[in-house]
Amino acid sequence: MGNSVTLQIDGQPVTVAQGTTLRAACDEANHAVPTLCWHENLTPANACRACVVEVKGSRTLVASCSRVAEDGMEVQTASERVLNARKVVAELLLSTSDASLAPDLLSLADTSGANPDRFGGGATWQQPVREDNNLYIRDLSKCILCYRCVEACGDDAQNTFAIAVAGRGFGAHIDAGFGRDLPESDCVYCGNCVAVCPTGALIGKTEWDLRSQGQWDESKITQTETVCSYCGVGCELDLHVMDNRIVKVTSPADHPVTHGMLCVKGRYGYEFAQSEERTD
Amino acid sequence: MNEVRRLLPDLRSASGPASPERLAERGFDQALTKAWAMSSQAIIDEVTASGIKGRGGAAFPTGLKWSSVNKAEGQTKYVVMNADESELGTFKDRVLLEEDPLGALVGLLIAAHAVGARKAFCYIRGEYREVEQMLAKAIDTLTQLGWAGPGRIDVEIRRGAGAYIAGEETALFNSIEGKRPEPRVKPPFPTNKGLWGSPTLIQNVETLANVAILFAHDAQWFAEYGTKATAGTKLVALSGHIQRPGVYEVPFGMALADILNAPDLGGGVAGSGRLRAVLLGGAAGTFLSPDEVAQSQLDYASLGAFGASIGSGAVMVFDDTVDLQWVLTKLARFFADESCGQCVPCRIGTQRIWEIAEKGGLWTRTEDLRELGQAMRDASICGLGQTAPLALLSILDRPGLRQDV
Ligand SMILES: Cc1cc2nc3c(=O)[nH]c(=O)nc-3n(C[C@H](O)[C@H](O)[C@H](O)COP(=O)(O)O)c2cc1C
Ligand code: SF4
Ligand code: SF4
Ligand code: SF4
Ligand code: FES
Repeated sequence: MGNSVTLQIDGQPVTVAQGTTLRAACDEANHAVPTLCWHENLTPANACRACVVEVKGSRTLVASCSRVAEDGMEVQTASERVLNARKVVAELLLSTSDASLAPDLLSLADTSGANPDRFGGGATWQQPVREDNNLYIRDLSKCILCYRCVEACGDDAQNTFAIAVAGRGFGAHIDAGFGRDLPESDCVYCGNCVAVCPTGALIGKTEWDLRSQGQWDESKITQTETVCSYCGVGCELDLHVMDNRIVKVTSPADHPVTHGMLCVKGRYGYEFAQSEERTD
Repeated sequence: MNEVRRLLPDLRSASGPASPERLAERGFDQALTKAWAMSSQAIIDEVTASGIKGRGGAAFPTGLKWSSVNKAEGQTKYVVMNADESELGTFKDRVLLEEDPLGALVGLLIAAHAVGARKAFCYIRGEYREVEQMLAKAIDTLTQLGWAGPGRIDVEIRRGAGAYIAGEETALFNSIEGKRPEPRVKPPFPTNKGLWGSPTLIQNVETLANVAILFAHDAQWFAEYGTKATAGTKLVALSGHIQRPGVYEVPFGMALADILNAPDLGGGVAGSGRLRAVLLGGAAGTFLSPDEVAQSQLDYASLGAFGASIGSGAVMVFDDTVDLQWVLTKLARFFADESCGQCVPCRIGTQRIWEIAEKGGLWTRTEDLRELGQAMRDASICGLGQTAPLALLSILDRPGLRQDV
């Protein structure tokens, strides 16, 4: 008691610090639950429902990514209801969105035994790619509406609020306001939405072009760690280099300064480093 | 006579529904005076003793909710009247507010007084323009008499913009705050964190009207009608194949068959005159077969035995010419249209059920529908997704209703 709580996870007692989520507690007990929308540096959106667990006394299943552990809770991570919900969530998403660049969803589909065709044959989110700027592409046929991009653009990181969910039901979608192209929107191209997108629905233009030409090859990419040279904040950059060319810039999610977030200069202002016209 | 008039005003009343005369005639001025002389705890005890349960659908004990808000930490507290009324086949709050808007408002003021709120909102369905005018008039009356207004309890009307989901309590808070009406995850519950993160008491129109008549009289008078388990009366909205569609006030415990057939209530099944099924509680409700209707009373335990609930009080009647597959397709479309889109089971699940229905697969893909329905009930964020498959599942459980016409 005091600053810790003890609960049972799949029959096994686990003691965690007060305020720990069920997801983290399950992790500690080595009974990890799958997640899709949850991200370590963002407020839980509670949207995907892949992480649900059964808590004794609760009428419905409970999203473990946001629910805080309480003393005496009895949690099941693999009951019949939990397994059914996980499988159906995977099946519904696979019937709607292109999961080809969504490793978490593909692994959920695999582990839950989902049948990708069960709810197929109806409406999908297939739609034209939005290629309206030089920095990143919106391929929303791949979107699973996890809300991560909205939160990164909003008060979890960027505070620009350039994108939000518009529409409702099956027609809900990520939008930069009135269906606008990004250059007409409030977007400042920090690329933080791209960094947190788990499905490739938001993807750097360089990566997109190389993938379209069949030239993207993960096995050839090396990462070089450096510090951004634009200002004095000290953001760590990981330069992803393929064939001696920078193809993507990220920052580690656990970096104390960036938490994985950058600005437009650090994220996309790298061409000068490999310019033919450089005079160094 | 089976119909009661307590929540609804006496038909012989000649006073204007929002007038000071009506306030006095209904005893609501005395109700306010009485409540204002009582402590918070005494008011809450009285509500608890009456056994009033929420009339918006979930039937949560009202006294318990008031007590939670009263105990919750916070300088600022809010009370909200939920008049969004968008459930299919539900039109009782509209009639109540048109005929007697002061009742629900007096209930709202007593609620505010009991939990220590200085600000109250009435969230009303956007299409109810005339009702809204009546409500505004009633607020004026109470303001002129010194019961409401700035410095007392400020009552503000907010209008919905055509979304069923905005009637869900936490979506409604987001709407009032100027955000998308997306339901929030519970816990935290509104009693602790509601509007702008402050403890908030939200009640249905009819629940508040019950409070007003309770304080205009007392718990003993209140319990003259109803059953031991559930005192008082309930508004039911009859629609579909029924001779006398409309809103009626009946005591809890009345036989469903009497509600349908009594000459001063439903007056009997219309259309072919032969009942196929009753959908109880609206789109998110349960279908009952004629046999079950014959055995049920309007009370939570009696209906619970058939997996049904009173819900909002919607009673939709279908004669034996109706193809229930067609009805289910309409219901599925309603949910697909009204889902907010936030969570996967509901956003995509409602769409898939609608598609399966359109393709005529409701009676053949039962295994898929049951698993999908179970996942929606278990894993959706809010009541919309959790209840969207219930009517369908209730028919899958009643093969007798499935015969095709
Ligand atoms: C999708 C959805 C729509 C709802 N719409 C309404 C409504 O229009 N009016 C209402 O009173 N309650 C509605 N509710 C129930 C409210 O969330 C809440 O439970 C109710 O206002 C509480 O009041 P009560 O305890 O007096 O019933 C709805 C719930 C859901 C899930
Ligand atoms: S690039 Fe930055 S500003 Fe633009 S939408 Fe993404 S997060 Fe928002
Ligand atoms: S675009 Fe990516 S991050 Fe944004 S909601 Fe869709 S899948 Fe999630
Ligand atoms: S259950 Fe449906 S209406 Fe409720 S939050 Fe999820 S998507 Fe929105
Ligand atoms: S990870 Fe918990 S709801 Fe998505």
